[in-house]
Amino acid sequence: MAGGVPAAAAPQGRATPAQARAGWWLSAPALVLLAVGATGPLIVIVIYAFLAKGSYSGVEWELSFDAWFQVLFQRDIFDDTVSFADAHLAIFWRSVKLSVLTTALAFAVGLPTAWFIATRPAAQRTWWLFAITIPFWTNLLIRTFAIMEVIRNGGLMNSALIALGVIETPIQILYTDTAVLIGMVYVYLPLMVLPLYAAVERFDMTLLEAAHDLYASRLQALRRVVLPVIRPGIVAGSILVFVPSLGAYVTPRILGGGKNMMIGNFIELQFGQGRNWPLGAALSLILLVIVLTALLTLTRLTERNDGR
Amino acid sequence: MRRFDPTALPGFAFVAVVAVLALWAPIVTMVVYSFNASDSVAVWGGFSLEWYAVAAGNEAVQGAAIRSLWIAFCASAIATTVATMAALGTTRRGRFRGDRAIYAMVNQPLMVPEIVTAVALLIVFASLKVLTGYTGLGWLILAHSAFCVPFAYLPIRARLEGMDTTLEGAAADLYATPWQAFRRVTLPLLVPGIAAGAMLAFVISLDDVIITEFVKSAGQDTLPTYMLGQLRRAVTPEVNAISTALLVLTMALLTAFFAMTRTRKPT
Repeated sequence: MAGGVPAAAAPQGRATPAQARAGWWLSAPALVLLAVGATGPLIVIVIYAFLAKGSYSGVEWELSFDAWFQVLFQRDIFDDTVSFADAHLAIFWRSVKLSVLTTALAFAVGLPTAWFIATRPAAQRTWWLFAITIPFWTNLLIRTFAIMEVIRNGGLMNSALIALGVIETPIQILYTDTAVLIGMVYVYLPLMVLPLYAAVERFDMTLLEAAHDLYASRLQALRRVVLPVIRPGIVAGSILVFVPSLGAYVTPRILGGGKNMMIGNFIELQFGQGRNWPLGAALSLILLVIVLTALLTLTRLTERNDGR
Repeated sequence: MRRFDPTALPGFAFVAVVAVLALWAPIVTMVVYSFNASDSVAVWGGFSLEWYAVAAGNEAVQGAAIRSLWIAFCASAIATTVATMAALGTTRRGRFRGDRAIYAMVNQPLMVPEIVTAVALLIVFASLKVLTGYTGLGWLILAHSAFCVPFAYLPIRARLEGMDTTLEGAAADLYATPWQAFRRVTLPLLVPGIAAGAMLAFVISLDDVIITEFVKSAGQDTLPTYMLGQLRRAVTPEVNAISTALLVLTMALLTAFFAMTRTRKPT
């Protein structure tokens, strides 16, 4: 009577046709929910990117490539001359630059932190990890508020610098790119530390002793031994920081003010005041393609490493 | 010969301590200032619960809090139910045609930037709202349920994969029907995974800003979108008080989550 029990098949083998059918039926409600509430609407975005802009908002149902043209170029409304849309390019550049810098800074801080935690005795490690995990689970909006309080003109950071005599008048950090950068490193740092920790924890420390015995300098040991071995952790951490940074909306909106937009805010603008839904849809697709390309490239990097 | 100790590299301890302090300092400051008696967010005026009273007495905050909890409750219930079924359907059997596709689709919300999903939902739901004439909380619950699915699915799947399949085999050998084996053996063992998934989904729904901001109709602010809206004017200590309250709720749920996932591990 064991025929209907899923456990009857070896987990590694192929499922029987009955098991496969049951698998699909059990997954169906989740797939329908996601099709309606997530994946389906993404397909609608693809369609909207090739429609004409509606006169007030929304779209006209006719094929148009205007949105894609507008991503890069602008047409002068008086003499019809075409020029590069500098403002758009600046936003793309800022988004990519800030995301790369966020990832790099998070790595620079995250690696020593993860290394330190992984080399503590087991009992202490739990507490260190707890100290990293709790801020991570705190609402992103709340953490962004919290860091804003620290970096604003009368905030903790400026007050401390003035008290120490480093500066005399507060430096304006809030509403600059630096504020967005500090904020993103702050909110995404745990996403870098946790996978790096997992990789360093498995790292065989005797390899370092071997490198040392073979007269490798510390820098050489780091470059030739540590980094290649923990590469999967580096890749995972970089994906987890880079992807949400590129699509960031809340942090640049709060810390960057109105002027220092990133792609996420620019997309929102098209659906709000901009009233240019096709352009917003096209920008969303571009963001999606960049993110998926980054994901694929970085995943390839780990696979190649595993294959060796 | 100089000793080489990888557990004591110069500067690493310093960076780690500074990083942890930097992660906590802003949050601690915010919590402390939520008890500030002064009107200003900058000057300390003594301990007071004034801002909690102000927040609790504010009708907009009350409405937003109830809405947040209701949406999170419904979304986590729906997401956990479908995620449990999907996890049962994609584990403990051999590979089958399309199983990778199911896995990819279930986890899709984790891979797409939230702002993209948000505008996609805005486009589709705006039309549907006009077509159906329904503008209730259902749209928010639907959107939240969808993006919570992977957060519920992953812990449940992890629990299922760690589970001993011979127990179900034993139940079957003892003439239990498949349903009895599921109800009496699989489900009780799976409960900690389901509870963990549900709590994670609840926290994720409670925290959501972007998708809620785009999907909500007029007058449907949740606590996070209310706070974001407040920020357009000025930061008030009231926002600190709401943040702290939300923080405490999240902490309580996460402590429960860790307790669930750590105890009664499958042997």
